[in-house]
Amino acid sequence: MQPKPLLEVDRLTKTYAGAHGTLTVLSEVSFSLAAGETCSIVGPSGSGKTTLLGLCAGLDRPSSGDVRVDGDSLGSLDEEALARFRSERVGFIFQSFQLLPMLTALENVMVPLELRGAPNPRGPAEDLLRTVGLADRQDHYPAQLSGGEQQRVAIARAFVNKPRVLFADEPTGNLDQETAQRVVDMLFELNASSQTALVLVTHNLELAAKAHQVIRLRGGRRVEVA
Amino acid sequence: MRWILALSNPWTWRMAWRESRSRRGRLLLFGSSIVIGIAALIAIDSFRVSLTRAVEEQAKSLLGADLVVAGRSKFGAAEDAVLRAIGGRQSRETDLSSMVLFPATDGLRLAQVRGLDGDFPYYGALETDPPDAARRWREQGGALVDESLLAQFGAKPGDAVKVGELRTIVVGSLRRVPGDTLAFATLAPRVYLRQQDLEKANLIQLGSLGRYKCYIQLPPGQTAAKALKPVRKQMDQLRLGHTTAEKRQEDLGNAMERLSNFLSLVGFVALFLGGVGVANAIHTHVKEKLAHVAVLRCLGAGEAQTFAIYLAQALVLGAVASTAGVVLGVVVQSLFPFVLGDFLPVTVAFELRPARLLEGFGVGWAFCLLFAALPLLSIRHASPMGALRVASGMGSPRRIGWPEMLMGFLLCFASVVFAMSHTARKLHGVFFMGGLLAALLCLWGTAHALMLALRRRVPAAWPYPWRQGLSNLYRPNNRTTLLLLSLGLGTFVLLTLELTQGVLLRELTKDGGENRPNTVLFDIQPDQRDGVLALVRSNGVRVVEEAPIITMRLAKIQGRTTDQILASTNRQIAKWALRREYRCTWRDKLSGTETLTAGTWHPRFDAAKDPAPVSLEEGIAKDLGVGLGDEIVFDLQGVTIPTRVASLRKVEWRRVQPNFFVVFPPGVLESAPAFHVLATRATSPRQSAELQRSLVAKYPNVSVIDLSLVLSTLDSIVSKISLGIQFMAFFTVATGLLVLMGALWTSRKQRVRETALLRTLGASKGQIRTILMMEYASLGALAAVAASGLALLSSWALVHFLFHASFAPSFAPILAAGALIPGVTLVTGWWSSRGVLDVAPLEILREEG
Ligand SMILES: Nc1ncnc2c1ncn2[C@@H]1O[C@H](COP(=O)(O)OP(=O)(O)OP(=O)(O)O)[C@@H](O)[C@H]1O
Ligand SMILES: [Mg+2]
Repeated sequence: MQPKPLLEVDRLTKTYAGAHGTLTVLSEVSFSLAAGETCSIVGPSGSGKTTLLGLCAGLDRPSSGDVRVDGDSLGSLDEEALARFRSERVGFIFQSFQLLPMLTALENVMVPLELRGAPNPRGPAEDLLRTVGLADRQDHYPAQLSGGEQQRVAIARAFVNKPRVLFADEPTGNLDQETAQRVVDMLFELNASSQTALVLVTHNLELAAKAHQVIRLRGGRRVEVA
Repeated sequence: MRWILALSNPWTWRMAWRESRSRRGRLLLFGSSIVIGIAALIAIDSFRVSLTRAVEEQAKSLLGADLVVAGRSKFGAAEDAVLRAIGGRQSRETDLSSMVLFPATDGLRLAQVRGLDGDFPYYGALETDPPDAARRWREQGGALVDESLLAQFGAKPGDAVKVGELRTIVVGSLRRVPGDTLAFATLAPRVYLRQQDLEKANLIQLGSLGRYKCYIQLPPGQTAAKALKPVRKQMDQLRLGHTTAEKRQEDLGNAMERLSNFLSLVGFVALFLGGVGVANAIHTHVKEKLAHVAVLRCLGAGEAQTFAIYLAQALVLGAVASTAGVVLGVVVQSLFPFVLGDFLPVTVAFELRPARLLEGFGVGWAFCLLFAALPLLSIRHASPMGALRVASGMGSPRRIGWPEMLMGFLLCFASVVFAMSHTARKLHGVFFMGGLLAALLCLWGTAHALMLALRRRVPAAWPYPWRQGLSNLYRPNNRTTLLLLSLGLGTFVLLTLELTQGVLLRELTKDGGENRPNTVLFDIQPDQRDGVLALVRSNGVRVVEEAPIITMRLAKIQGRTTDQILASTNRQIAKWALRREYRCTWRDKLSGTETLTAGTWHPRFDAAKDPAPVSLEEGIAKDLGVGLGDEIVFDLQGVTIPTRVASLRKVEWRRVQPNFFVVFPPGVLESAPAFHVLATRATSPRQSAELQRSLVAKYPNVSVIDLSLVLSTLDSIVSKISLGIQFMAFFTVATGLLVLMGALWTSRKQRVRETALLRTLGASKGQIRTILMMEYASLGALAAVAASGLALLSSWALVHFLFHASFAPSFAPILAAGALIPGVTLVTGWWSSRGVLDVAPLEILREEG
C-alpha cells in the first residue's frame, strides 16, 4: 500500500536580495515523505541544504512554493501559528547540539513540553533521558557533558513532544565516528518506534544511504543520482 | 499584546529564572548603575516632603509672631494709633547697622544691631548658649551676640562689647532667632540689645538709616487679614509694610520647592545616565542570548513567549534595583540635614513615608524598564534560522520598527514630563531635557568622530601595542561610545557647576586693582563729612569716591501722582517701585561703574531752566515705564523737585561700590540734608582696621563695610551651597563610574579571548599591558576633553544668559578633570581586567557558553 504523505514539499524556491541582484539559493525543489520514513539531504557546502531544512520546518518563509505537513500548508500560518506548529509537530537536532547552557539536561528536555503547557513535563523527559542512556546525568549542565552526551540530550529533547517530523542538520558533524554511529543508531531506532518522518542533512554518504530516500542538491537544485 | 498573556504564565518566570543562571550577579551589578539615580531622587523627594511638613509645623516660629509691621522711620503717634488698632500682644524692635567693638581683642566689625522691647519671639525661642542667657538678658541687659561674630574675634560670654557709645557685657552667644537662617546671620551678624540700652548707644540720630518693626501676636480667633483690613489705608500712607506668618511660610515653601526641584534635576541626570548603563547591560545580555532565543524559537516558542522571558528578567532586575535604590535613598535622606542644615530656617526631622518610597520605587522601575525595553525589543528580530547557522553570532542587522520608535518616544516623553514637573516654568523643563540630550548627542558624536579619525589614520610608525590599543577603540564590539557617555556626562555636570560657580564668585571677588575701593564708609552726617575725610586721609587711606546721598520718594510720573497710578486699574508699574525710597546723589561725571546708553549727560544745571535733567539707571527706568524726556517729580521731605529724564545709564551692580538709580546734576540738591558715603582703598587689612578703630572712637555712628570680609563670608556661603549641589552632582559621577565598570566587565570575555589569542601568537604581557593602557588612557583623556568643552559651553551659556555676567572661567577645574578622569579610567580599566593577563593561552580552546 502507498502510505499517505506526511510532509509534502512543492517547488520550494528561496532567493535573497543581494548587492548584485537577487541570489537564488534554492530553486524549485520538491519531494514528499510518509510517516516512519527517512530522507537524507546531501550536497556540497553552500548547495542550500540548511536553507531547505529551515523552510521545511517553518523557520523561514520561501520565496515561492509551499510546504504541507499532514495536509496543512505552512504558507498560510502566521508567526505565532508557526511557533505552535513547531512545538506540536516538529523536532530538531543541530550539528552543534544547541542545548541551552543555563539549563540542566533534564530542564533542556522539558522545554518543548513546558512550552506546550503539558501538565507533567518531568515524567516523559526522564523517560527519554533513560532511553538515551543518560538517566544519571539529568541534573548536569551541558558544559559538564561530552559532545556525544550533549547530542543524546538533544535527541531526547527532539523526541519528547512526539513530533510528526524530525529535522536534523548534520547531527554527527561534530562527533567522532564511533560516537556518531551510536547517535545515528539511536536516532533511527527512535524514529522507527515513534513513526516519525526524519529529514536528515549530512555529509556522510554512508549515513545518507541508510535513508529511504536521498535528495541531492547542487547549486540549489535537486539533481538525480549520477 | 500576546506577551502580556505570556507574562501571566508561570513557566515564563520559571524559564526566566533558570535562564539567568550564572548571569544573575553580573546583571545585578550592571543594573546597579541605576540604583544611585533612584536613590538620589527618593532622597530628595522624601526630604522635600519632610521639609514642607517642617515648614508647616514650624510656620509660626518662622516669623516668631503672627504679624510684623515694619517701617523706615521711627514710629510716631500716627503709627502708634495704627498698631493700637491692630491690637494683640506687641513687641517693638529697632534694627540698625553699626560698628561693634570687642575691646579685649580690638576686634571691630559692622553688625546688625537690634534693640528689642517686649516678649518677642511669641513662637519659638531665642536659642542661646548658655541656654538661660536670653532670660538673663531680658532681666539685666547686656548683649546677645551671634556666635559667628564671637568666633571671629575669639570673644566669649562675659567679655565687654562696645556698640556706639554703649559699653556692655556679652551675656550669651546667639544660636538661632526665629525666622533667620544661619547663612544670613554669617553675612550680617546680629547683636541684640534691649531697646533702652540701644538708646544709650546713641546711634539713632537724625534720619539715621534704621528699620523699625513691631512683632504682633494676635488674640485667639483673630487673623492677620482681618486685623489689617481697617488700617490698610493708613499703613499705605505711613508707608508701613507688613509680613504675616502665612506669607513667610508661602515664600519659604516656594524657595524650598525651587531648591529641591533643582536638586531633583541634578539627581535625574544620574538616573538618566544609570538608565543608559542599564540599557547597555541589557543590550550585552540580549546579544549573548540571541542564539538561545533562536533555539527556543526552533523548539516552538513564539515571538511573544521568548520576549516575555527576557522581559521578565528585566522586570525583576528593575524591581531589585529600585528596591536597592529606595534603601540607599533613605540612607542619603538622613544625610541631607547635615549638608543643607545651615540654609534651612526650620529643623527637619528624619521620617519615612511609605507612599513616597513606593512612588519613587515606581518611577525608578518605570525608567529602568523604559531603558531596558529598547535593547530587549531586538529579541523580536532573532530568527529561528539562527540556530541552524552557527556562525551567525554577530546578530541580525538592527531594524527599527514601530515598537522601537514607540519606546524611544515614551522614554523622551517620560523624561520631559519628569523635568517639567520639577521646574517652575514648563519651558525650563523642556530646555533641561534638550540640554541633556544635546550633551549626550555631543558626546556620542565625539565618540564617532574619534572612531572615524582613528580608522582613517593611526600613524603606522607608532609601536605596535600603541596602534593596537588605539584601534581597539573602533573595532567591532568596542565600548568607545558608552565609555565616553558615562565618563563624559558625569564630568560635564560637575565641571559645569564648578566653572559657573567659579566665574560668579570671581566676578564678585575680583579686585580691579588700585581704583577699586575695599573699605566703604557710610552714614556720615553732613557735619561729620570734613572731619571723617581728614581722619581717612591722616590714616593714609585713599578716597576713591565720595557721594552725598539724599533719600527721596516719587510724587508724580508724567503728571500723574503715585496714588493715582496705584489706583488705576490697568497699572503696569509695580507697587514697590512707586513706593520705595530712592537714594539719589549728584555729581558732574559718570563713575567708573557706569556707562551712558541713551540721551545726554548734564554736568551742570542751569537753575533758570526747570525741571532738572536727571540720569536714570536702565532697569529702574524700565520698571517705572519711563523714557528719555519723561517728567518725574520727586518728593524730598515734603518739598517737590520736578525733573526730566535726560539720560539712561547702565550700572555694573556687581561691583560693590556706591551705585545709584537716580543721579542729579550739581546745582539742585546741595542745600538738602545729605548723608555721605566714602569709598576708600586701604593698602592693607591692617590699615583698614586702624581706620575703623579710629573712626569708631570719634564717630561711632559711621558704619564701615570691610569688603574683603564681606567677600570671604560670601565665598564661604557660596561654597556651602555648592557643597549641596556637588553632593548631588557626585551621584552622576558615581553612576558614570558604575556604568564604566559595567561596560568594562561586559567586554571582559572578549578581552580574555583576544588576550589569549595574542598570547598564543607570541605577545608578551608587557605588550598587552601597553595595549590596554593606551586604550583606557586615550578614552579617559578624550572624555575629559569632550566634557570640558561641553562644560565651558554650558557654563558660558548659564553665566551669559541666566546671570548676565561676563565669562572668564578658571582653568584649574578643567586641568584637574584632565588629570583625574584618565587616571580614574585607567585604574578602573586595570581593575576590571585583573586576571585577563593570567589567563593561559590554552583557555581560548575551551569555549564556554
Ligand atoms: N541570509 C542570507 N543572505 C544571503 N545569502 C544567504 C543567506 N543565508 C544563506 N545564504 C546563502 O545561501 C547558500 C546556501 O546556504 P546553506 O546554509 O543552505 O548551505 P549548506 O548547503 O547548508 O552549506 P553547508 O554544508 O556549508 O552547511 C549559501 O551560498 C549562503 O551563502
Ligand atoms: Mg548547512
